[in-house]
This record gives sequence, structure tokens and C-alpha cells, in this order.
Amino acid sequence: MRSTSKTAIFSALLLATAAAAQEPPPVEVDIVGGGVKSAIAIAVPAMPGGPVGRDISQVIASDLRSTGLFNPIGPGGISSYPQEQAAAPVFAEWRSAGASALITGYVDTRPDGRMTVACYLHDVTAGRALGNQGFSVTASDWRRAAHKCADLAYSRLSGQGAFLDTRVVYVAESGPRTNRLKRIAIMDSDGSNHRYLTAGKATVTMPRFSPRGDRLVYTGTLARKPRVFVLDIASGRERLLVPGGAITFAPRFSPDGRRVIFSWANAGNTDIYVVDADGGTPRRLTSAPGADTSPSYSPDGRSIVFESDRSGTQQLYVMGADGSGQRRISFGGGRYASPVWSPRGDLIAFTRIAGSFNIGVMSSSGGGARILTNGWQDEGPSWAPNGQFVMFNRLARGGGSTLYAVPIDGGPARRMPTPQDGSDPSWSPLQS
Amino acid sequence: MRKTLILGAAAIALAVSGCAKRTPPPAEVPPAEQGPTGPGGEQVAPGDVELTELPAQQADMVAKAGSDTVYFGTDEYQLDESAKATLAAQGRWLLANPNVRASIEGHCDERGTREYNMALGERRANAARDFLASQGVPASRLLVTSWGKERPVAAGSNEEAWAQNRRAVTVLVR
Repeated sequence: MRSTSKTAIFSALLLATAAAAQEPPPVEVDIVGGGVKSAIAIAVPAMPGGPVGRDISQVIASDLRSTGLFNPIGPGGISSYPQEQAAAPVFAEWRSAGASALITGYVDTRPDGRMTVACYLHDVTAGRALGNQGFSVTASDWRRAAHKCADLAYSRLSGQGAFLDTRVVYVAESGPRTNRLKRIAIMDSDGSNHRYLTAGKATVTMPRFSPRGDRLVYTGTLARKPRVFVLDIASGRERLLVPGGAITFAPRFSPDGRRVIFSWANAGNTDIYVVDADGGTPRRLTSAPGADTSPSYSPDGRSIVFESDRSGTQQLYVMGADGSGQRRISFGGGRYASPVWSPRGDLIAFTRIAGSFNIGVMSSSGGGARILTNGWQDEGPSWAPNGQFVMFNRLARGGGSTLYAVPIDGGPARRMPTPQDGSDPSWSPLQS
Repeated sequence: MRKTLILGAAAIALAVSGCAKRTPPPAEVPPAEQGPTGPGGEQVAPGDVELTELPAQQADMVAKAGSDTVYFGTDEYQLDESAKATLAAQGRWLLANPNVRASIEGHCDERGTREYNMALGERRANAARDFLASQGVPASRLLVTSWGKERPVAAGSNEEAWAQNRRAVTVLVR
């Protein structure tokens, strides 16, 4: 079992180089609303320090390619460099390789097995350093150092928050549709370190991370009913959230991790309730006739967006965290479902049903709705922690479900690597 | 393992005796699905004890009532005349066979979002349950649940398959 090791980040102390505090990069990044004009050619040669240095560079290059903003060069096909050049590269060589940016570093393995990974970002065009960080990890956590280094380059060059050092929890699916095996699985967001968290005996859906990434809530099955469970990821121990035969589903944690909101179906009506994550008496938040479900907190914890068909069709509503002030925010053509509030608070992602099912985003007051995908049945959005990407599941007509991620500012959806089919993805917070 | 189930009239307190399920030790092996029992066989809340299907009785009900399943229109949960006739026959069977309970289980086709389909399945099951109750079957013998779109019986992505999946099934349980 992977331990919850901490990645220590120490800026600039370890590394003898120019000051760590750098100005915004002069490297040209054309992000014009609607799509990236030109991807950044960034060289990622193999870091010196043994085979793991090359592996780290490979992960960095793959991570950067996955953002859609970079054309990584290497590590294959380009030469490495001696360790002393990590902080002071020969920029002319990298210019002639066609790179406008460069990532260098090195790996020091200590006798106790821990590794220090140094990461330097350079502006090749201007010939200067843009920033650096050092990461201390256990040997088995080398990938996290690579993700942290890629995040440094990505966030410095895009101006966006980091998101590559994250995990994904989802429902792994296999077998025929009429006898589907569903298990909750967890993996790094590049598909590595994949493992299953449930055995597959029970139907499971809708797993969602807690704000610190240490627990999940999900909808399992008990006594033939959908039931919300709280699961501790490291220990595997889990608990029924609401005992007593209640049909409960669609759970999410509050931003402080202390409460869980969820749907409760009874006597033909489904309403939203909130309960302490450690258990207790649930408090009812909605009571309108209709199916109220898919609740999601705003990042400040003061509001909740949810879907309701109280008007006759599925639409999006926002209310206070105490259930007050319920008001509709979706008014475009079609039906709207499965809303999720962005971690940045500015947007709400949703599934729009208008013939096909597609993922879109709108402002948290309901305006400016844009559709981001074009599949036959795309649903179940989940935000990256930087609010720039949305993961979702795509059902192929007559086929299976797979996971995709799409940038919110235009650009193609990219398939997430999973060993089998998958649905109901949940993107973890940024790991520390 | 449960040894004895003591069914009261209204509030049901279930005492789990014998070998209770244990919380597995933290390990790589994922935990078994479990209810809120501790290692000492402590009291389980009503509705949280696993149910046992009854295949022989189920076959008998299907043979005598005609079907254990009723069907619904797209995004609907109203019972049409055919559904009511089937449920009336099920009701007669249940009244003639008082020693079993029925879990009325609502299902949806794939052309709805996952959470909404959980709610819609419950509406369908609830409609069927209400009808059976109106036929005189005691409420204490009728359980309601939803499988959303998770358990289709027909695999295709076409109208025929979707129509087969929009259903409520009466599952006999102990």
C-alpha cells in the first residue's frame, strides 16, 4: 500500500542558482479565448542521476503533453547533460534544438533510500532561469517529484494553478452490460499506481474525494438499496453514512470535509440532506416535490448547486448551505444535470441533455453557458483542482464507458488511461 | 451467519446472532461489503440486514401472476393498464403467500444521467408498491429500492432495449 508520504518542497535553498522568485515568463503563450494558438516547444532531456532520472523526465514530458499547451522534446532523441549544467544550461544548444523552454534537474539518491529531485525551468529564448524547486521523496514516490516538477513548468508558463500531482478515483467497469462488474479504483491522474478499492460484489457508483484526498464517499449497495458509504483510502475501512434502510446516493463532502451532502429518496420523492461526515442525524435541505439530486458545494462552503426537476424538467438550482434561497440558474434550451462547482468558484460544470448528452460550463449565476464536448452521451463532470480541466465519462452508443478530460478554454477532450472501461471519475485535490 | 430473525409487527429490532461479519484488517485486499456490525454481533438497524432471494417462490409467482415485471414510458413512472393488471395478479399471489416479503425494484434505461435515474427508479418502484398496498398487501411486507440504470436486462443502445430496461421488478425476499 502506498504510504501517504509527504513531498517536502524547499524553494531555492538547496539550489545554487539565480533567485527563486522570478518574474512572469517572457516565453510567448498564446491562449486566446477558445483555444491555444501555439504549443510551447519545451525540451525535457533525461535528468542525470541514474535510470530514474530518465524516467522522471519521461513522466514530466507526458504530463506536459497532456495539458495541451506543450510540445515536449525528449527525453528520447536528445542528449542528457552533466549535473553541473542543470542550473546553468548551454542555451544555444537548446535553441538550435528548436526549444523555447527547457526543464533540467538532477536526482540524488541518499543511503536511506530517499531521493532529492532538483527541478529547474528555463526560458531558452531569453536565455535565463524562470524558477526552480527541490523535492524530497521516498524512492517509491519518484513519480510525485516528476508531477511536481511538471506542475512548476505548467503553472509558471500558463499562469494557471497546478494540477498534475493529483489522483483520480472512478468506477472501473468490465463484463457484459447486463452483468457489469463495477469496482471503485484509484490511480494517479496519468494512469499509474492503479489499484482497486472494492471487490466488485456490490454495485458501486459516484465515488468522490474528501477535500484532503484521504477519504471517499460513494454509493454502494446494502440490502438491495443504494447506500452512501464513507471510506478511508489508506486503511480501507468504511462506514455506512446513514443507517436504517435509507435510499441514499449522490454524496459529496463539504469543502472543510466535516459534512456530506447527499440525496435521499423516499415515497417517490428525492431530496437533498446534509449530515456530519462522522455520522449523526441528517438535516433536510430541500423538500419540493421532484427529484432533487447531484448536490455540490461552492468552494467557500456557503452555497450548494444541485439539479431538480421541480419545474417539470431537470434544471440547475443554487441555494445557501442551509437550504435557503433556492433559485433556478439554468434557462437555456435542453435539460441540465449533474452540476459541479469549480474549485475556483467562478464556474459550474454540468451535463446538458438536448438529444445528445454533453459537458458544459456556465458562470455560477447561470450565464455564459458553453458546451465543451461533442460525444453521444457525455456526463458526470469533475473538476481538476486548478479549475481549468473537467474530467467526465463518455458512453459510446452500443459500447462501453471511458474517461476523458477536456480543457475549459477550448481544445479536444483527451482519453484518460484506464486498464478497463470506467465511469464516474472524481479528480483529487492537489496533493501536498 | 444469522441464526434467528424475529419479526415484530411494526418496529423491527433485529438481533444478529452467531457469526457476525467482521471488519477486515487494513490491507491491500479491498474490504467486503458490510453493514454496520461490529465484531461482537451488535444490533443492526432495520433495513440494513442483507436480504435473501427466494428463487422457488419467485418462479411460482411468475407462473401464477404472469410476470414479476411491469414497464414504463420514457422518463415516466405512471402505471398503465397492463402494469396495473400485472400488479393486481402479483398482489393476489402475495396475499395468498404471506410468508414472504417483496422488494419492489425500479430500473431505468441508459438515456438519463446517473443520479437522476436513481431517483426515477425509486419513483417507479414506489408507484408499483403503492398499487400493491392498495390491493391490500401489508406495507410491512413491501420494500422499495432503485437500481437506477445500473442493472439493465437488455444490452443494446436502441429503443427496444431501452423499453425493456424501464421497469419495476417484484423480487421476493426473506
